[in-house]
Amino acid sequence: MKILVAIKRVVDHSVRVRPNSQATAMDIAGARMAINPFCEIALEEAVRLKEQGVADEIVVVSIGPEQAQEQLRAALALGADRAILVKATADLQPLAVAHCLQKLVEREQPRLIILGKQSIDGDNNQTGQMLAALCGYAQGTFASRLVIEGDKAEGGKARVTREVDGGLQTLLLRLPAVVTTDLRLNQPRYPSLPNIMKARQKPLAITTPDDLGVNITPRVRTLKLELPPPRQAGIQVKDVEALVARLQEAQLI
Amino acid sequence: MDAFKLLVIADHDNHSIHPATFKVIGAAEQWRRFGDLHIDILLAGYRCDALAQSLAQAAGVDKVLVADDPGCEHQLAESITPIVVALAPAYTHILVAASTSGKNLLPRVAALLDVQPISEVMAILAPDTFVRPVYAGSALETLASDDSLKLLTVRTSAFAASERIGGHAVIEQLPPPPSNELSELVDQQLVVSERPELTSARVVVAGGRGLQSGENFNLLYQLADKLHAAVGASRAAVDAGFVANDMQVGQTGKIVAPELYIAVGISGAVQHLAGMKDSRVIVAINSDADAPIFQVADYGLVGDLFEVLPALIDKL
Repeated sequence: MKILVAIKRVVDHSVRVRPNSQATAMDIAGARMAINPFCEIALEEAVRLKEQGVADEIVVVSIGPEQAQEQLRAALALGADRAILVKATADLQPLAVAHCLQKLVEREQPRLIILGKQSIDGDNNQTGQMLAALCGYAQGTFASRLVIEGDKAEGGKARVTREVDGGLQTLLLRLPAVVTTDLRLNQPRYPSLPNIMKARQKPLAITTPDDLGVNITPRVRTLKLELPPPRQAGIQVKDVEALVARLQEAQLI
Repeated sequence: MDAFKLLVIADHDNHSIHPATFKVIGAAEQWRRFGDLHIDILLAGYRCDALAQSLAQAAGVDKVLVADDPGCEHQLAESITPIVVALAPAYTHILVAASTSGKNLLPRVAALLDVQPISEVMAILAPDTFVRPVYAGSALETLASDDSLKLLTVRTSAFAASERIGGHAVIEQLPPPPSNELSELVDQQLVVSERPELTSARVVVAGGRGLQSGENFNLLYQLADKLHAAVGASRAAVDAGFVANDMQVGQTGKIVAPELYIAVGISGAVQHLAGMKDSRVIVAINSDADAPIFQVADYGLVGDLFEVLPALIDKL
């Protein structure tokens, strides 16, 4: 089967960023960029399915600026077969991203689409669900386990174990389906140097939302970005007695 | 005067209403500041008649719309979405808790309605203007929606619960939903706990990698029992296999804001702070005096948790 994986270029998770001085956007100038961690897990899962013989091609897609090619090349080095960049510089919101992805699904006809459950910048947790809706497909969100059953025959299914508030839940989804990854789905690998070299030769196609016929006009306007109110500086207590006394004083225990 | 018609989607398990639902109704009540307000609740489930009766008594609720059908039993997004999409044209806003079930459902509904939803709303500044955290809570974004219908998931720790009694809502049955050919539930492994629910507990005791093993979490359970607290964990403790993942507090787990949060053996990574830094009082117990958790803790105790915890349990 063909698997489509969507990845996002985001500020590396270890970098602390702040709003800019005009409070209009986050100040990410010069920050180290990386593949969103949940997207890395999505890609790793696709690569494992290929290694198991379940998948025969992995197409990786990113929607964003020219520089997102770096993340696509990294994905090719990790095992994707070819890449597509949908070049767009505007403020991209999940609905617009889902519409672009839906057009690519129509064109590529993958049996499975894997995305991260959320990006660590926007923290929306929406794109996979929206894509599933637009395609009319089932969705397996927050997946911590994924098994493809009988895809050779018609009527293949994805068995997805999901992380839900009360514990775990396992669903059977009709293929084609959309799966979004939770952190516990797998441990992504590192690329090897030979694979990084090979990735330079792999195909990377560039398109635009206009080419896809998608209107990406934002529906939501950011009015302000600011730091959350700081917490009051706390105090160190010297022992358990002092701690208990403080908590009793504050009527917390 | 403007008029607002809100639909709140109830979070429940067919046996009880999740407390988050009353927080979402509490958030919905905020629109009363802006004009006439009408609040309906959607209860989609199976054999949930008793829940409909109890929701009808919730203060501020006008109507309870009940979709009681075997197809709604597990509330799969593919089953519930057509119900919400059909109801949507009658409303100005649709709200659901930012729980795993709300986050699973609402974007699916939104895409079909061609709406850009807004996640984890923590303040409502105007009928169309909201505040939400981004970058793991490193910044707060104030944003305005240009969509005529607004779909929001609500960060429940940011709102007070509405009263569960005092209302006299009408109960209306909805027609059965179309059958879901896309997905089916095969298994559930739910964690049974007698302690309070993590997201609504008054006191939370949480452990991290410093606990060193799953057995050592028993110390936290003993402390929790003394304080009638829920027990949480950092991602490090979950990844190390000490406890089940549904106990995880943080950006990728649950968001809590209890009166008292006691972090034991937790360093305080950004991803963890995003889930608990709105707690009223934070206590940190850690052997590393430089751990970032001390920068947000109201009371910090530097010490070996294996000495501190037994002493603390003993004192309570």
